[in-house]
Amino acid sequence: MSTRLSKGGRLIDRTAAMEFSFNGKRMRGFRGDTLAAALLANDQMLVGRSFKYHRPRGIVASGAEEPNALVNMGAGGRFEPNQRTTTTELFDGLAATSQNHFPSLDFDVGVVNNYAARFLPAGFYYKTFMHPRPFWKHVFEPIVRQSAGLGKAPKERDEDRYEQAYAFCDLLVVGGGIAGLQAALIAGAAGARVILLEQTPHWGGRAPVDGDVIDGAPAEAWIDATLEALGKMENVTLKARTMAFGSYDHGYVLAEERVADHTPGDGRPKKRLWRIRAAKVLSAQGAIERPLSFAGNDIPGVMLASAVRDYVVNWAVSPGDRTVVVTNNDDAYRTVLALKGAGLEVAAVVDARAQVTGALPAQARAMGIRIETGRGVVKVKGGKRVTGVCIGLQAGEGAVLDEIACDAVAMSGGWSPVVHLWSHCGGKLHWDRRHHMFRPDPARPPITHDGSPMVIPAGAANGALSAAEALSDAAEQGVAAVKALGLKGRTTPLGKADPVEEAAMEPVWIMPQGAGPKLKMKMWLDYQNDVKVSDVQLAAREGYTSVEHTKRYTTLGMATDQGKLSNINGLAVLADALHEDIPAVGTTTFRPPYTPVTIGALAGESRGEIFQPLRRSPMHEWHEAQGAYMEPVGLWRRPYCYPRAGETHEQAVHREILNTRAKVGMLDASTLGKIVVRGPDAGRFLDMLYTNVMSTLPVGKCRYGLMCNEQGFLSDDGVVVRLAEDTWLCHTTSGGADRIHGWMEDWLQCEWWDWQVFTANVTEQYAQIAVAGPDARKVLEKLGGMDVSKEALPFMTFVEGHLGGLPARVHRISFSGELSYEIAVPASHGLALWQALIAAGADYGVMPYGTEAMHIMRAEKGFIMIGDETDGTVIPQDLGLDWAISKKKADFLGKRGQERSFLASPDRWKLVGFETLDGSVIEDGAYVPEEGVNGNGQRNVQGRVTSTYYSPTLKKGIAMGLLKNGPARMDEVVEFTRMSGGTTKARVVNPVFLDPKGEKQDV
Amino acid sequence: MSDLSAKPVSALGGASFDGFAKVREIGPLGMITLRAKPGTKGLDQAVKAAVGTGLPAVRRMEWSGPADTGRGCGWMSPDEFLLILPYAEVSTALAALEQALKGEHALAVDVSDARAVFRIEGEKAGQVLAKLCPADIDRLEPGELRRTRVAQVAGAFWAGEGGYTLVSFRSVAGYVMGLLSHSAMAGSELG
Repeated sequence: MSTRLSKGGRLIDRTAAMEFSFNGKRMRGFRGDTLAAALLANDQMLVGRSFKYHRPRGIVASGAEEPNALVNMGAGGRFEPNQRTTTTELFDGLAATSQNHFPSLDFDVGVVNNYAARFLPAGFYYKTFMHPRPFWKHVFEPIVRQSAGLGKAPKERDEDRYEQAYAFCDLLVVGGGIAGLQAALIAGAAGARVILLEQTPHWGGRAPVDGDVIDGAPAEAWIDATLEALGKMENVTLKARTMAFGSYDHGYVLAEERVADHTPGDGRPKKRLWRIRAAKVLSAQGAIERPLSFAGNDIPGVMLASAVRDYVVNWAVSPGDRTVVVTNNDDAYRTVLALKGAGLEVAAVVDARAQVTGALPAQARAMGIRIETGRGVVKVKGGKRVTGVCIGLQAGEGAVLDEIACDAVAMSGGWSPVVHLWSHCGGKLHWDRRHHMFRPDPARPPITHDGSPMVIPAGAANGALSAAEALSDAAEQGVAAVKALGLKGRTTPLGKADPVEEAAMEPVWIMPQGAGPKLKMKMWLDYQNDVKVSDVQLAAREGYTSVEHTKRYTTLGMATDQGKLSNINGLAVLADALHEDIPAVGTTTFRPPYTPVTIGALAGESRGEIFQPLRRSPMHEWHEAQGAYMEPVGLWRRPYCYPRAGETHEQAVHREILNTRAKVGMLDASTLGKIVVRGPDAGRFLDMLYTNVMSTLPVGKCRYGLMCNEQGFLSDDGVVVRLAEDTWLCHTTSGGADRIHGWMEDWLQCEWWDWQVFTANVTEQYAQIAVAGPDARKVLEKLGGMDVSKEALPFMTFVEGHLGGLPARVHRISFSGELSYEIAVPASHGLALWQALIAAGADYGVMPYGTEAMHIMRAEKGFIMIGDETDGTVIPQDLGLDWAISKKKADFLGKRGQERSFLASPDRWKLVGFETLDGSVIEDGAYVPEEGVNGNGQRNVQGRVTSTYYSPTLKKGIAMGLLKNGPARMDEVVEFTRMSGGTTKARVVNPVFLDPKGEKQDV
Repeated sequence: MSDLSAKPVSALGGASFDGFAKVREIGPLGMITLRAKPGTKGLDQAVKAAVGTGLPAVRRMEWSGPADTGRGCGWMSPDEFLLILPYAEVSTALAALEQALKGEHALAVDVSDARAVFRIEGEKAGQVLAKLCPADIDRLEPGELRRTRVAQVAGAFWAGEGGYTLVSFRSVAGYVMGLLSHSAMAGSELG
């Protein structure tokens, strides 16, 4: 059984006891524990069930690489699935539950999959669920979805908050182990701006646990001194609990800081995403120990040898009284020494190597430890926890020579450098034949903007596994980084570790090497996704020769741990099955994130009220106070209508229209784009941008214009006013303001850079209010200050002056067909003008109207709307706007496009009006079908509706639409499709339903 | 078009938030976008007449008097300057520009009302911006005008006495205030 030792534990504070619960069971731990350490201290070895076979699983590792011990944390708005117990700091009141079991962790019915394992091999889903096809959606998919995934998605809104932050540095050092500290010290002393990140709360990495001696003293002394020295450097920033999870082009690195993960509810952000721009990145991420592939290597109690000594030394947790150490290298003997040092029993060391000669084994021998050389574990005994191991010849096929009772197994298959940040942005690896591992190939680094290496690996991450090598490599790489930054290094006292003589490891990918199928079906490679040696071999037999394909076929390395423990073992097994060299098979692609990142951290502040920028007009609050129903228009929210008590939106819209047509209405048109264009070449410029002529527009006048793209398609429209001899003001659609301004600048900066034109987007400078209706003039006259009579201010002109004491520009333009004024005032007077108009209009029955009333009123007048009548495939000629296309101009944007045969064809769909025979409203998006089918077997069509409304003015359905040769087919009756089936008959009519001569607006 | 008889209203009516830094919406502040190529005849005199400063260098601001309290001119692009002055003086300044640049190719427009202006104050005010803007706040040069992104919208800021002044578009003032308040919440200091 696992338990807490009475002494030791360098990271725990025994005076600070903490209570927590696991599956409702109350447990105790100490401040400084990880959840995994605390669980083991409470003899909770079984922590979860595996993904596919629901096998009992325990804690394997002690860090970010943990595949098994994932739990649900918290509840309600703080519920989080798949939390790694090995990186979760214990806090008082922590509540965790295990995952992927039913009905309970100890008794799980899903475990029948385990007994059916021979029927669930690699590719099972692909093979089984393909046929019959319809079964996928209704039978297979629901089953697979039910069984997929470990944790459950949170159901409630996240109670915590998150944020992001930007940081900049010369050198980003990732990893606060001894290599990272050494490199940071060098760069810091050289004056570089350094950020040093460490994913755990502690500095120094493995060195203190491994008993490394630096400068003649235990590593901790050097670590403390180095931290103190770094702390004094103003140019060095240290960040613990911050995991760099991805490196990207140009020295961009993302990191997740666990700010209040361990202090939930204290008001701080739970996590913070750091977006770091570094000139160079020094990756001192360390290395991860590899498991060994022997039968039963997933039974709770089988752990990585390094994790066993971490638990003993860091948290005073004994994984068991009697441990068997299984290894192919000398490093695992450090675990033997640690266990013995804590007064625990090491039943035996099973060493796959025939010759065991290093200094560390010699120490173990001197302690009288039984060392079985040339042996391997044939299988582990036990179900929910280890009870013993059967050992045999590593060179054999699995004949059991001996059985050793034990309650823990510490395994070590060698180490793999963490090469993720090196590889994310393109760094290549090469195979180290001494340590049998992939390490960064210095000849093929990831390259930054100037062609120089972007990531500099150091220490264990660079393959320098021992403390002595790591410190000397970090010194070398640190100096190289300083040089690469163009700085001069200053002499700094550097740490030197005592070298420990270690004999070569022996590559062991299967234990024993001649094991048969029965054993191989119990040798786990990927614990989390339940991928075994037999699965990879099956994939190879079935023709999956690429490691990338094998990964996807078997799901090796595709779980939340991304194969930190399994990838190298898996591809070694694949290489063996393919009779290839390991480097010839290669690795799968390393992609960010290194470990899973909370989606909240990626979203940062973007949630709730500030999820997205919401654009508000100066009158926005007034509209909301009136209970306006708002609709999104780009990022703006505009009043759709202003429903009164008991009114439906439709009723409100109809009331607003009838009131405007009979009396007077007001529209907040502030969102309209407004771009000032000025310069000696401004007229020429606008003549190119608009299809009609703007250079001839007299000062003081307004003209409607169309803009096309180079293809000839209609892109935007609006009223242009000429403010002065060399100055125009272009109104654009609400959604088009920024785009059209960018379009103008694009042409001015890239194509016509020698034209003397300046533009300025003044959209937000002005609040704009349309006052429309027969009584509109009276309302303005009541405000006073300006002559707005027909004579002084005729249709399609404007005047500047003061209206009701406010500085205003008043345009006589109309989108409703009524007598209409559009009044622009500086935005900070917008609300004042709006309220003044409401007050002045009270006697005349003024009502505000929303965008829907505006849409219907313009449709009654046959005015087109960009985005309704246009969709990027429509040219002005299609809409009967030939009058707005200059025949005289030599050129304008779109002219040449419109001359192409398809656009110039007389056979195009063209704008007409439609009136249903029964007065009903044609459905939105309805088509006019034609006889026959096209090449895809779809019904042919000859037209479609583009705008369709009930007109309260005309008391019938009206519509505009595009119809093949439409204008030539007046009075013809066509049929529109209906969603419910059948068709609606409609007569082709003039699209201008109301006041075709425009008399109402010109009064 | 400004008028002394009517009182202009800023986008948020002077909203404020107290966290580890203090955030205030200020304004309205007078602002003029001046587009002209350096070397345009009379440009230096025009800017001098309008706000009393010389032309700023690339990414810099010139102030007549202390930053934030006086009149200033900032570099926005190779042919665009931002003139800052009291709101009530915009008309006079526009007229002065017009006069000094008569016959030259230039464009000066009032953008005072198109903007929202915020002050972020306190010892750690820079951290509020560091959470929202991909700008190296610690290496901000004295007198630098930093055009940048504030989370999802455009913005610009400069350092002044005791903090920073941030300018955004008026329509997104509420969003920017929300961002600044969220980022300034007590307990979320960056260190």
